[in-house]
Amino acid sequence: MSSDYELSDNEYYDEEDDEVMYVDDDGSASEMDVDFRISPASKSKSYEIDYESLTQAQVEKLIGQDVEDISGIFGVEPDTASLLLRNFNWNKEKLIEKYMDNATSVSIAAGLALPEKPEASSSRFEASSGSRRPTRRSTAEQAKSGKAKILERLTPPADEQPFVCPICFDDTQTKTMALACGHKFCTECWSAYTTSKIRTEGEHWITCMAEDCKLVATDEFVKKALGSDTSAFARYQELVVRHFVSCNKNLKYCPYPSCTHTVSCPSGASKSALTTIVPIVGCGANTAHKFCFGCNIDADHRPVVCGVAKMWLQKCQDDSETANWIKSNTKECSKCQSTIEKNGGCNHMTCKKCKYEFCWVCMGPWSEHGTAWYSCNRYDEKASIDARDAQSRSRASLERYLHYYNRWANHEQSAKLSMELYSRTERKMEEMQITSDMTWIEVQFMKKAVDEVFKCRMTLKWTYAMAYYLEKNNQKELFEDNQRDLERAVEELSELIESSIDPESALALRQKVTDKTVRLPVVWQSTGFDHLHLS
Amino acid sequence: MAVSSRRLQKELREIKENGTPVGITLLQADDFATWFLSIEVLGETLYAGEVFALKFRFDPQYPISAPAVQFVVDDYYKAPVHPHVYSNGHICASILGSEGWSPVLGVISICITLQSMLASCKERKPPPDNDGYVQRAPENPKKASATYP
Ligand SMILES: [Zn+2]
Ligand SMILES: [Zn+2]
Ligand SMILES: [Zn+2]
Ligand SMILES: [Zn+2]
Ligand SMILES: [Zn+2]
Ligand SMILES: [Zn+2]
Repeated sequence: MSSDYELSDNEYYDEEDDEVMYVDDDGSASEMDVDFRISPASKSKSYEIDYESLTQAQVEKLIGQDVEDISGIFGVEPDTASLLLRNFNWNKEKLIEKYMDNATSVSIAAGLALPEKPEASSSRFEASSGSRRPTRRSTAEQAKSGKAKILERLTPPADEQPFVCPICFDDTQTKTMALACGHKFCTECWSAYTTSKIRTEGEHWITCMAEDCKLVATDEFVKKALGSDTSAFARYQELVVRHFVSCNKNLKYCPYPSCTHTVSCPSGASKSALTTIVPIVGCGANTAHKFCFGCNIDADHRPVVCGVAKMWLQKCQDDSETANWIKSNTKECSKCQSTIEKNGGCNHMTCKKCKYEFCWVCMGPWSEHGTAWYSCNRYDEKASIDARDAQSRSRASLERYLHYYNRWANHEQSAKLSMELYSRTERKMEEMQITSDMTWIEVQFMKKAVDEVFKCRMTLKWTYAMAYYLEKNNQKELFEDNQRDLERAVEELSELIESSIDPESALALRQKVTDKTVRLPVVWQSTGFDHLHLS
Repeated sequence: MAVSSRRLQKELREIKENGTPVGITLLQADDFATWFLSIEVLGETLYAGEVFALKFRFDPQYPISAPAVQFVVDDYYKAPVHPHVYSNGHICASILGSEGWSPVLGVISICITLQSMLASCKERKPPPDNDGYVQRAPENPKKASATYP
């Protein structure tokens, strides 16, 4: 439709050929007609990046390989190798180097072996471990704090008597456990302690319960201590995986709550790449689990690069005026003043009371939007400055910011409401199967359209953040033209999805929805964000 | 009986039978939820002649996790002016956090540690972030995300 976009694609995107690769989401996109946008030329690329989603089991396999390697090289148990690696933040090379240099000191530092002079740290427990030799404790040490004396009183007096756990003092406990240090405690206490470390503190490095004892529990010990609580042990294994992932710059844990998937994205791991690519990745657990590998924002912030996205989010957080705006999810009808709550993704609002139709963003009458949508999308800086002649510059800049912020937040809110839209659409799809002769497969276009609207809103949202930082020039005008086109297409699509369905028109609707479905890679390219100059 | 109650019963019996170390006095231990003890630092220290009260709060997790401990601040008692003690009585001590706490420690060992923390103090100075912390700190010090200056 507009060949100049194609031209700009070529000149803008050639240099990153090897950085980004084109991924066609579902393969069916090419069937769709794009009514306002060019079809991408075969050589153009999208803002998609190569990545791999890994399950926890797959990461555990990677961990297993490292553990096996170290276990083989050092001739130690796999459990020991795992602790050594964890202590070295999974840096195998560094561990091998240090271990070859001095295995003993590495083992002591990692909490796997007792320090050279065990008396200093464990003397006060000898009473309970059955080798009491009072002469070994120096009087100077006793005098130092008196702490040892008190603790000794808390420990059972003699080894002939049955074991009394120095933590719970429950003499009915018969089962005990101890690490290599010999600090014996009842199994119940070990279990409570291990559970608390794992569940409350999210700790995978569980040291001995004795004061100042640095000895660390192996996986086998932890498993034994937890006994039948297999879910706590599963959580422990997850914590080890999380530690491994956090130590590897090519890996990131899915930020969505309770998700245990990992994403591997080496091309998004370098800071310098982030000025030209936006490494949006998704985990295999759920298609909604999209996040940015570069900056950890748990949303698709294309087409804005990480630095700008973070700058914008920081600005939104800092601006106190914004806080008031966020709260206002309701607006008043400009005709009858009744309160209207936005409950769908579409900006076309109709007041239930007086039937006044207006635009949620600018509150202007909807009738004017059909032909002059740009009056809502573009902030007319000249007009605004003229109008606020007398007002201070800071006020004007706040107005300017709020203009972009309002539009940004509006799409954010609409996108959030899309979950409801999904369920409503699902009901509508069921309806359509009954009222028209369409099969389940055939009505899938509705769901696809909702997906598309959601993705477009995310993109639109970020284009407003982008526009805020753009210098006013011809390129920005082109940018805003594209933005306006996308905005209009999204609103039309949104409205089609939300409209009530007349059984006979189902087929016609299908055609319309399919026609309106836009393709984001094209939009990302046409906005050409990374080649515009930031002010 | 819950582990925390049995353990506190044992600690109370120890105190009643053997007494408390010098400078430490049990003020109140009527239940297994809240205890009060007083501490003073003897000898030539910055806090000579001052008596401070400590409030201990125990939850069922005690002694697996540390009790909530703070200096009492009321009409009678004041918190010591100390780089690790906030004016609302909250204390920054690693022994009270998950890193430094060990389940073998108890009420008396906490008192001794805090006593020696005061005894070794070189300068009567509040923590650098005192005002900010006191403003936003929760009532229970265990609910504050502690940092150890
Ligand atoms: Zn026990
Ligand atoms: Zn130990
Ligand atoms: Zn996920
Ligand atoms: Zn990012
Ligand atoms: Zn109205
Ligand atoms: Zn409008």
